[in-house]
Amino acid sequence: MATIFIPAQLKELSSGIGHVDVAADNVGEAIRQLDARFPGMKQRLCAGDELKPGLQVAIDGKMSSRGVLAKLDVAREVHFLPVIGGG
Amino acid sequence: MKAATSDEYKILGTRPIRHDGADKVTGKAKYGADVQFANLAHGKILRSPHAHARIKSIDTSAAEKVPGVFAVITANDFPDPQDKIADLGEGPVTLSHLGSNVMARGKVLYKGHAVAAVAATSTHVAEQALNLIQVDYEILEPVLWVLDAMAEDAPLLHENVFTDSMGEASEKPSNIEKHLHFEKGDIEQGFAEADIVIEREFKTASVHQGYIEPHVATADWNEDGQLRIWTSTQGSFTVRHQTAELVGIPLSRVTVYPCEIGGGFGGKIAVYLQPVAALLSRKSGRPVKLVMQRDEVFEGTGPTPGSFVRVKLGAKNDGTLTAGKAWIAFDAGAFPGGPIGPGCMCVFSCYDLPHATVDGYNVCNNKPKTQAYRAPGSTHVAYATENVLDEIAGELDLDPLDLRLKNAVKEGSRRVDGPVYPEIGCVEVLEAVKNSEHWNAPLEGPYRGRGLALGFWFNCGLKSSATANVNTDGTVTLIEGSTDIGGSRTSLAMQLAETLGLTAEEIHPQVADTDSVGYTDVTGGSRVTFATGLAVCKAGEDIQKQMRQQAAVLWDCDANEIEISGSTFSRNGNSISFQELAAKQLQLGEPIVGRATVAPDCSTNGFGAHIADVEVDPETGKTTVLRYTAIQDAGKAIHPSYVEGQMQGGAVQGIGWALNEEYFFGDAGDMKNASFLDYRMPTCLDVPMIETIIVEVPNPDHPFGVRGVGETPIVPPPAAITIAIHNATGVYMRELPASPPRLWKALQEA
Repeated sequence: MATIFIPAQLKELSSGIGHVDVAADNVGEAIRQLDARFPGMKQRLCAGDELKPGLQVAIDGKMSSRGVLAKLDVAREVHFLPVIGGG
Repeated sequence: MKAATSDEYKILGTRPIRHDGADKVTGKAKYGADVQFANLAHGKILRSPHAHARIKSIDTSAAEKVPGVFAVITANDFPDPQDKIADLGEGPVTLSHLGSNVMARGKVLYKGHAVAAVAATSTHVAEQALNLIQVDYEILEPVLWVLDAMAEDAPLLHENVFTDSMGEASEKPSNIEKHLHFEKGDIEQGFAEADIVIEREFKTASVHQGYIEPHVATADWNEDGQLRIWTSTQGSFTVRHQTAELVGIPLSRVTVYPCEIGGGFGGKIAVYLQPVAALLSRKSGRPVKLVMQRDEVFEGTGPTPGSFVRVKLGAKNDGTLTAGKAWIAFDAGAFPGGPIGPGCMCVFSCYDLPHATVDGYNVCNNKPKTQAYRAPGSTHVAYATENVLDEIAGELDLDPLDLRLKNAVKEGSRRVDGPVYPEIGCVEVLEAVKNSEHWNAPLEGPYRGRGLALGFWFNCGLKSSATANVNTDGTVTLIEGSTDIGGSRTSLAMQLAETLGLTAEEIHPQVADTDSVGYTDVTGGSRVTFATGLAVCKAGEDIQKQMRQQAAVLWDCDANEIEISGSTFSRNGNSISFQELAAKQLQLGEPIVGRATVAPDCSTNGFGAHIADVEVDPETGKTTVLRYTAIQDAGKAIHPSYVEGQMQGGAVQGIGWALNEEYFFGDAGDMKNASFLDYRMPTCLDVPMIETIIVEVPNPDHPFGVRGVGETPIVPPPAAITIAIHNATGVYMRELPASPPRLWKALQEA
């Protein structure tokens, strides 16, 4: 069971709920469950079946490049964040 | 992964001579401008004299007739990339925007925007031809200041850019291309709990990365359709990707050869010249070289954003921070994209705030498309937060170091953007400040002051590859794809040497072209020593696995029975050295080639604190930096000289940002100081020797504990310098740079 933190800008879809616990194998499945509970969530987070360009997922604080395919088997927290480049 | 302790290392932490040192000090190193071919054509680019204009027509017919001209191209020679988005590792880019930045399509959006290009027998002939190209412009009103560009009635740069608010687009097109919002806790409650609340506004000017080597590219579009490019870049694979997309050919048709690079700092990731050189080469049937002049670098390539930042902090009388609120607006420049995300994520990243909100806006305006610059976005916001924090310390009569220590983030602290920190070194950095000779040394005299500031940058993981060939003389050739800006060849070789029990000199590192090494993301995000280092360590382990198998053949046993200690393989009293086994590899089995690719999930957090002593001349407003110390958590400093070099280089760039550097724009949006004479970067005469203190809190995500170090050092300087100026004069400088005229004026008004 992982805790999905709902981005502040998407709380309008969750009636202000900031995080929910989901049982999902990966981030894509977690988003599908979020969308079932809070319709519109997938449209805001994804382009097709991928995370929207410019978004990344952080699992237990670690930024992952695997997007919707990132595994959640031992995850405790999931955050959706802007991508970070560097100079 | 468990990090080893420092005393286990033989190579790491030493200072071997860099592998590329001899070539660089004797002038033999090959930079982009050194590329030569017998039939080489020279290209030049025609650039817009206007900051904002519609291109009504371009007539190149006269230019094409100039003797010695081989080719003339405009945006019409590029295929239309339509709405495709490419993931370039560090982030996505809309190819139509990237292409229109390389060569203006329909509109010019900043002075210096490329509109046409010529290839000719010489640059002089090319310049003669450029002068004959007729461009009919409809001049439009430009908008440069970020807040002006956000206004409802601001001149609109793009009809097809809408404000994105986490996946929801605005109804009307807007210069505001992105709005981000983060929140933690209950902001109203947080400020209600505060005994003191201070809110201030800060402005920063556009500043350039200022790399010494201008952009350069040579392209050879061969008769068989294969395109070869030699260039100065932070990422050969991203140049391959961008160029292939923009000229409309498959990746496999493009090979990029990274030359030595004279600085990048984030500004040599996006392509500018490479696709232009490619199409000029295809059209002229010969290799074409393009080299920017310095004014083209300033006017045509990405500066870091100018910014407006408002920060509000609340604290209890004992200094405990209760709440923070930030409102941030960054220039995007001519096209969408920029570091507003990390700016928002960094504004409170050093402090454990129970309640916070952050709003960030990325705004298109008529400046060159902004690009990354060392810890992109973090310097702007640290300047604001650290100054407000210092003001709180003053109001509460608290020691500024103790105030920072009291509120510093540590393992388990939750950032405003959500994630929780793993093991980090923020407190350890501040403790090192407290114990430093500099912090405890007296600073006396009129108009002298000391400033302290903290800074943070994430560090990226991304993807890296490495191959290591074991030679029969016992040396190893290391092939990797991270272009070497700051000595990474040697820091990578040292990690392989440590893994294999060899010396750094026994490793021969090579930065390879895109056909000769596996995919590797850019040299940026402070990632190379960490992530490519991880690949190198794994390649070393792959070598050990193969050599263990060969030792098993030698001793007729199972490979699992072979023990490895340093460079010695042993079993039951038999032993053989790495060198001896390497010499036998062709008799014992296959040639030994180690390889590894990595895409690490990571949270590699770098904290640094800087101490600045300044003296202000009240008659001129000139600030002299008397003494400066940079303290930083490097996780594990592989080659301490390179870590110190990064800390010193970043500090000096940040000092320039603080005191002098800025784009001066005229009313028409034209840059008035596009040369190193007028764009005032610090020289060695302007700064003291930057002292360094390396803190080592191992990164749990790397076998040697490495953290990236390249970017954090630019974050604290503007804050440290302006806080020092305040302590010297009583004046807070809330607009950068704190240049002599601006500081003199502030002193007169105080």
